[in-house]
Amino acid sequence: MTVNVAMGRPVRRTAVAARRPWILVGSLLALAVVCTLVSLTIGATRIPFSDVLAALSGQRTTDGAEVVLDFQLPRVLLCWVVGIGLAVSGGVMQGVVRNPLAAPDIIGVTKGAGFAGMLLVLTLPGASVALVPLAAFAGGVVGAGLVYLFAYRRGVSPVRLALVGIAVSATFEAGIRYLLVKYPLDVNASLIWLTGSLFGRSMDTVWMALPWIAVLVPAVLVMAHRLDVLGLGDDLATGLGEPVERTRRNLLLLGVALASVCVAVAGTITFVGLIAPHIARRLVGGRHVVLLSAAAMIGVLLMLLADTVGRGIAAPLEIPAGVVTAVIGGPYFLYLLVKLGK
Amino acid sequence: MRLQAQNAQLAYDTRVIAEDLSLSIPDGKVSVLIGPNGCGKSTALRALARLLPPRTGQVVLDGKSIQKTPTREVARLLAILPQVLTAPEGITIEDLVCFGRHPHRSSLKVPSEADREAVEWAMEVTGVAEMRHAHVDQLSGGQRQRVWIALCLAQETDIILLDEPTTYLDVAYQLEVLDLLADLNRDHGTTIAMVLHDFNMAAEYADHIFVMHAGALVAEGTPFEVLTPELIHHVFGVESRVVDHPVSGKPLCIPVRQERVARPAPGRRGAKATAGAT
Repeated sequence: MTVNVAMGRPVRRTAVAARRPWILVGSLLALAVVCTLVSLTIGATRIPFSDVLAALSGQRTTDGAEVVLDFQLPRVLLCWVVGIGLAVSGGVMQGVVRNPLAAPDIIGVTKGAGFAGMLLVLTLPGASVALVPLAAFAGGVVGAGLVYLFAYRRGVSPVRLALVGIAVSATFEAGIRYLLVKYPLDVNASLIWLTGSLFGRSMDTVWMALPWIAVLVPAVLVMAHRLDVLGLGDDLATGLGEPVERTRRNLLLLGVALASVCVAVAGTITFVGLIAPHIARRLVGGRHVVLLSAAAMIGVLLMLLADTVGRGIAAPLEIPAGVVTAVIGGPYFLYLLVKLGK
Repeated sequence: MRLQAQNAQLAYDTRVIAEDLSLSIPDGKVSVLIGPNGCGKSTALRALARLLPPRTGQVVLDGKSIQKTPTREVARLLAILPQVLTAPEGITIEDLVCFGRHPHRSSLKVPSEADREAVEWAMEVTGVAEMRHAHVDQLSGGQRQRVWIALCLAQETDIILLDEPTTYLDVAYQLEVLDLLADLNRDHGTTIAMVLHDFNMAAEYADHIFVMHAGALVAEGTPFEVLTPELIHHVFGVESRVVDHPVSGKPLCIPVRQERVARPAPGRRGAKATAGAT
């Protein structure tokens, strides 16, 4: 499964990023915090910044503070959770499959997880919501397994992976639409599963996803140096004492789990897992512990951008975040395909 | 002999490469596997390095089956340099050599003093220490190969296996790489086993030569014992003369053109042909 297209390209990097990559990761973190504060002021109506600060210090004294605590805060926190989860998931997959087009939405995880999560919610209405991430994980594993089964021919070529991924994803998408017709839901839920949205999410949703992310992301970072070793090729990695097949399987499962949790709480948000690691690689290079950290921050920024634009651009109308990421991600995906074709 | 293949059947998917291969790598010596394309010499080396599990039979390292020994433990005893190598983009020499410490380090620990010393030593021996901060993609073929060998040295193993370490290198770089390996063997007693394409390079550097043909070991021994016109004819299918190397005294095989073999009688260019055949 070795393909070394496009990722082996030399990349121009700024001097600071090359020598002190952590400074860049820190800057991205600071930027994400600033964007979070700005995002909190943008809603159906503008909220004064003083109200945001009041709300964050725990005071519910004004209407603005009420809105921030009940509606805005869960959303931006979910942006963090989902942005980090999707970006790290994509970074892991690109590293493991050694394929620049690998990402949870390309390899069938996102739609598979979405379908399975929805199936659980609709067919077993009594089931606890805490089970949704588990169902999504099962769906994600099935989706990834199917894509891998059909795409693998003594290695996985990037374009073949993308084609099979699109076919499998389309099948799951059809399943999602069928479920929506069969069990009519309110518009809110439909939006979440179809396009990915953070509309109407509460702190309960945040608490459902946060523990998973808090466990899975550190687990990936601890294994980041193994991703570096895998990058040397299967033979040399084995020679250096890395149990290649086992490590690859464990990392892929972690990546699928991360993406599935995100889908369980925010629906099928596409392209964040694909784009964030690419941008991070250009900024800080290929060392995975830095790459994944930078990608996580870029994922947060992308999610904040998508969600804020989605709710601010035509307020009080809501454009789902998944639509905005698709608008940004679609052209980028085409650009990648064109670059790969050369 | 610490590293041995015992009645190993080697195969990729359904294609059997070697039916029943047994060979023992002599300790503390330079061994070279030679043979024509597709004879299974690289496959044999991959099996010795536990990269290819034998279908039947086994590969034994220090009396234990290599497939049953944890791969990390094997990596502290034996290093393998595969033929096809890709360095991560933009990586420096020092960072790449540091990968050699992977089998000695646990996940979260920072590099120990022993790690730093090993990396330093590996870069010194291979002569890449001065350019440690250079990027690997900027190096020439010979320099790059030295960096890869430094990576294997940083593993601090007694045995190093190399799959065609001189392929695609100019002759000056070939000598440079092989001299480096010979020095390692002489100064540190490292067991070296490698696949080489060129049987004259093998004769020059090997203490022990394994000759493979169609998946079987057909001859082994010192270059003098092994490299004869009969064996070259049998294995490579060419006529040759074996002469003494004018400087080292090692056997030197000079292949003879088919045309000259088929028409040994002097023709119009008779004088030349006769000269070539003596």
